[in-house]
Amino acid sequence: MAERVPTVPITIDGVEMEATAGETVLQCARRHGVDIPSLCFLEGLSPVGGCRLCVVEVAEDLRLRPACATTVTSDMEVTTQSSRLRSYRRSILELLFAEGNHVCAVCVSNGACELQDVAVRCGMDHVRYELQAPRRRVDASHPRYVFDPNRCILCTRCVRVCDEIEGAHVWDVAHRGHGAELVTDLHRPWGESTSCTWCGKCVASCPTGALSHQGSSVGEMRHTPDMIAWLVAARRREWTEREARR
Amino acid sequence: MTRPRLATVWLGGCSGCHMSLLDTDEWLFELAAAADLVYSPIVDVKEFPHDVDVCLVEGAVANEDNLEFARLVRERSAIVVSFGDCAVSGNVTAMRNPLGDPEGILRRVYVDAPDRDAQVPHAPGIVPLLLAQVRPLHQVIDVDAFVPGCPAPAGRIREAIEALLAGRRPPTTGESIRFG
Repeated sequence: MAERVPTVPITIDGVEMEATAGETVLQCARRHGVDIPSLCFLEGLSPVGGCRLCVVEVAEDLRLRPACATTVTSDMEVTTQSSRLRSYRRSILELLFAEGNHVCAVCVSNGACELQDVAVRCGMDHVRYELQAPRRRVDASHPRYVFDPNRCILCTRCVRVCDEIEGAHVWDVAHRGHGAELVTDLHRPWGESTSCTWCGKCVASCPTGALSHQGSSVGEMRHTPDMIAWLVAARRREWTEREARR
Repeated sequence: MTRPRLATVWLGGCSGCHMSLLDTDEWLFELAAAADLVYSPIVDVKEFPHDVDVCLVEGAVANEDNLEFARLVRERSAIVVSFGDCAVSGNVTAMRNPLGDPEGILRRVYVDAPDRDAQVPHAPGIVPLLLAQVRPLHQVIDVDAFVPGCPAPAGRIREAIEALLAGRRPPTTGESIRFG
């Protein structure tokens, strides 16, 4: 028999619900059909709370908390929608669009992009900030995949999936602040990487058009980030053991 | 009641958004019945008129003519709408921005690339000079509403114009604001 999982009562947007002890606010909200926007979070990977899109208000605390990296506590009162949160989320998205060169019209992920989708959801009809137009070189040296840093939002899903799931740690973030960028190996072209296993989990996880399959044209790329959670579940033998219990 | 005066303008863009406007098909008859199209690439009027009620501006601000014209449009229009991704975000027109100096780009296109007659076009007063950086419309003039899309789909254009002629703002939420 499965062990009984302890639960804690919490309130999200005025609705009382049972959270599983140890889960995050984001996981609890999504399990109950409350959709909090997020970008850097990916089920199956460790949360980093980097993109800040999933920030929520907790009771009287003035400090906003990233829902993906905040563990539920008993009687926690969470607000996921308010004018302050909407304004912050929109600003975050505008900063992401202003920082890179996200030209949706000519992107491999046009029409199937998490960044584009979340911009629609958060009401971003234009970008108020000055576009930075950084000069970034595309790395198409890998025989199977392409890295286009113009479309990268530094969510680090690729870094985490390669390190935590594949165990190769090909990807990392070099430099700091405005100059931060993704690199493969020790800043060598991806095609020359001796650690890359060609597994493609980084490409599957990417929320934008930054990582794509060679040969993908405008709007042709389809990422499969959900496969990471399945893979993690399979490795934990969740499915096979559940089958065995029946 | 006087009929609303509608204008459309084509700056640094491919005219795809105007093609998309024509894709509203038979609705154009309704539009013609409801408003006067006083200036447009599809209307034979040479000078941008005064007292325009609503002006849709396609394209980014890429050269000196675009900049001057955008300011004139603002001065003479009650409501200015960024029409399509180039006006809203710079989009494809602004893809030269990361390359920096437009002189280098002109040389690459007109001198390095062609097999013959290599020269950078130079005709003061006829060929406008490129601005150092392509700008979205709202960064050079005040803009009242945004209709993104590359091109803005016909249905979205119709929805926006219908709202504007009825004295409302085009939608600022939902699929109507999707880029690309």
